[in-house]
Amino acid sequence: MTPTGPVTSAATDAPDAPAAPLRRSRRARGAWLVALIGVLAVACATSIVLGSRDVGWSDIWAGLSGQSEGFAQAAVAKRVPRTALAALAGAALAVSGLVLQGITRNPLADPGILGLNTGASLAVVTGIAWFGLSSATSYIWVAILGGALTAAFVWGVGSLGRGGATPLKLTLAGAASAAALSSFVVAVVLPRPDISENAVSWQIGGVGGASDDKLWQVVPFLAVGGLVCAWSARGLNMLGLGDELASGLGERVVRTRLLAAAGAVTLACATTAITGPIAFMGLVVPHFCRLLVGVDHRWLVPFSAVGGAILLIVADVVGRVVAPPSEVDVGIITALIGAPIFIAVARRRRVREL
Amino acid sequence: MNPRLEIERLTLGYGDRDVVHGLDLVIPPGEVTAIVGPNACGKSTLLRSMTRLLPPRTGRVLLDGKAVHSMPAKQLARRLGLLPQSPIAPEGITVGDLVGRGRHPHQRTLARWSLADDRAVTSALKATDTLELVDRAVDELSGGQRQRVWIAMALAQQSEILLLDEPTTFLDVSHQVEVLDLLTELNRSKGTTIVMVLHDLNLAARYADHLIALREGRLYASGRPSEILEPGLVEHVFGMPSRVIPDPVSGKPLMIPIGRFHVTEG
Amino acid sequence: MEDRDVARVRGGRRARSRRRRVVIAVLCVLVVVAYAGSLMLGSTSYTLREVLAVIVGDDAPGAQFVVGRLRLPRATLAVVVGLSFGLAGVTFQTLLRNPLASPDIIGVTEGASAAAAVAIVTFSLSGLVVSGVAVAAGLGIALAIYLLAYRRGVAAGTRLILIGIGVAAMMQSVISWQLERATNFQLAEALRWLTGSLNGALWRDVVVVLVALVVLGTLVLVQTRDLAASQLGDDAASALGVRVERLRLLTIVAAVGLVCFATAASGPIAFLAFLCGPIAARIVGPRGSLLVPSALVGALLTLLADFAGQHAFGTRLPVGVVTGILGAPYLLYLIVRINRVGGTL
Repeated sequence: MTPTGPVTSAATDAPDAPAAPLRRSRRARGAWLVALIGVLAVACATSIVLGSRDVGWSDIWAGLSGQSEGFAQAAVAKRVPRTALAALAGAALAVSGLVLQGITRNPLADPGILGLNTGASLAVVTGIAWFGLSSATSYIWVAILGGALTAAFVWGVGSLGRGGATPLKLTLAGAASAAALSSFVVAVVLPRPDISENAVSWQIGGVGGASDDKLWQVVPFLAVGGLVCAWSARGLNMLGLGDELASGLGERVVRTRLLAAAGAVTLACATTAITGPIAFMGLVVPHFCRLLVGVDHRWLVPFSAVGGAILLIVADVVGRVVAPPSEVDVGIITALIGAPIFIAVARRRRVREL
Repeated sequence: MNPRLEIERLTLGYGDRDVVHGLDLVIPPGEVTAIVGPNACGKSTLLRSMTRLLPPRTGRVLLDGKAVHSMPAKQLARRLGLLPQSPIAPEGITVGDLVGRGRHPHQRTLARWSLADDRAVTSALKATDTLELVDRAVDELSGGQRQRVWIAMALAQQSEILLLDEPTTFLDVSHQVEVLDLLTELNRSKGTTIVMVLHDLNLAARYADHLIALREGRLYASGRPSEILEPGLVEHVFGMPSRVIPDPVSGKPLMIPIGRFHVTEG
Repeated sequence: MEDRDVARVRGGRRARSRRRRVVIAVLCVLVVVAYAGSLMLGSTSYTLREVLAVIVGDDAPGAQFVVGRLRLPRATLAVVVGLSFGLAGVTFQTLLRNPLASPDIIGVTEGASAAAAVAIVTFSLSGLVVSGVAVAAGLGIALAIYLLAYRRGVAAGTRLILIGIGVAAMMQSVISWQLERATNFQLAEALRWLTGSLNGALWRDVVVVLVALVVLGTLVLVQTRDLAASQLGDDAASALGVRVERLRLLTIVAAVGLVCFATAASGPIAFLAFLCGPIAARIVGPRGSLLVPSALVGALLTLLADFAGQHAFGTRLPVGVVTGILGAPYLLYLIVRINRVGGTL
């Protein structure tokens, strides 16, 4: 088995370009980014307006300024933190997936597929059940711990042997770990009616439980993780050339990889502690972003963040309006969108690269 | 009883691409035939079609005048065997069991293993000098031993014609000669018709009674190596200048390639 | 040819097939023992005499309800479902020449389970219709995976498995969605469709699975020799007179059917189909067909895992949770081992 190449397939290659077109393409990328931010704003507005209850503009205004008189304003007051959480979670998971793909050089990497989210879930459930954890901050710390352990384990298993961490080995190691961990989640949750009343919510993530309080607790973690990832972008570009070449070009491969992994794990696990496991976000968004801006991680990080925010908000809105009066958790919607894209990516890659 | 294997206006392809175009061939019965040609000229495709793995687009493969693609699978397999280029040995299987799989076309669905089966397996093991390995796992064998075991499996099939797809690839030169000697011996002692795809033009010229040169899915030449192997053929089929001299060992033609460097005489 | 040589070849072969027959016999005994054990033992235990009395229909006060109504259908369902999963799993693995290509890893089981959940929750169906829907969906999913993995004439193993994992994830989320919609579901009932469970086993289910097992199992077992030949690769198998395409179609359809009927009764018991083949291979050794040993291992595993889930953990865990906890480490071990020997991953 040959080692996997850098994450450059025919479809994700940046066009080779001399200097002038390069500058132009930078402008084009900037324009794309502005456009995406515009789309994000529209998505946010939609998310606040749409739902099982219609609200008017005056209600939104009132809700935003803190009033919660009447049903409509109360709905707005609930939808605002929910939208914010969706945006943050989407951005965090997408960037996390992007970075994981970069450090594993594996186009199928995703915090959900690699089992990080389930590991974080199990850690939180265990913490609640046996160590009496109750605050969101403690959930987050425990989740990061669980996710980091899972990540180290999956990477360890997946990269043993010849050929290093091939996509198949990593994916399998992740899927196997996720399956085992999710069995453990059931085993922990089942005998405890206090946390088992919604056992499914530990399997499928959602943003319905958002509150200002939780938001403020998760934001510092996401900020730190996001900054670390952004700072690693240049190093990830080097890693994309292969370890030998990267260290030949003066990159400290191990340090870059560990740091970036720490950032990615923090983002994914802090998010999971609040929302539950949401799969496939980290897979889908970076692939679309590569189509837009090529393989430069310095661009991919902001694009993935904005794109992830948009996708998760849209998925959440779809989940709210698709089958009223009930809601479909956003984790289900992302899996239904994400799995076909996972399949498409797995199909398109040449067999040897897998 | 000499089986006649003929190919009539055969066109083969995968997807929307044709690989072999309207090929007409006769395989001389009781002889060793080697098929040569550059990569992707349709050699392996042709072999696959002869064992009905690939249905023809047009034309037919005939065994004693009957189209192989309409013959019952096991009946054909009792007369025509194929050793593919990279067959798969199930993990942990022993040599005896692997060679025994060659008896498949002789066994009914629910019939028990017969003494005749064991005799055929033993004789195949002896012919390939692998009897001593019979209880070893195939995974543990060296490349040369493994190839002999695979040939033993094909022999256990006891077919009158044996097709081999590059039986010498991945072997070092001494094992290549060993395998080809073995096939020659089989041909001379039992009269088995042998058809093999070979990469090495010189080994093909030495071991084959009959040489078939394919180019881009079409027949370029066929005949005795001494009659057809000349610089013009090498130039047309492989696109390379060469010189052909008599092989000092066998007297068969020997092709010496001429590259851009290290040429001392004009 | 010397007869001594023939005798040697014959002797080696017979020794190996004797081992296989011994393994099959031992496995049969173990299945019977486990079956009897799960009828007798529990929060209240009964003697073998009482259990037998219930089975033959004699009056057995006390044991009638617990053994006759609860344990007997449950243990019997465990056996038939275990046989089905074990046989189907090893058929997939043999045919696709990859231990990872079992129906529960490539999404067929999940597809059947999702279809069953949709049929029950959304369309309020029950009984045979649910089985039918599950089988149809399972076949459709299997076909879809095969077609998606099929490219330039080959359905490459690696691609097939990766695509299957994607399909499995998607089906999982369909199941979760159905569970969310069904607010009146008991948690245990919900877990049946997520991880597999034998809770509330009914004779009706047993009969359906048993009939499917007899019909489809025979269909698979008749192909034993062809399956063995097909392990040498398509080209070699075809040269040996196997009609590869027909064999593949026939056995896959039968195996998918086995999986789907079983799933409709018990849910997708995690990793069961995946585990049985490799375990059987380990105890039988490299000789001949694994179909029957693997099926027996399936029955044994299901009985033991269900018993353990019922009694070993203080709380009652569904069988799928137990096999999930057992199976995932084995999958990881397999990845590690294949890495070490430089195999085909």
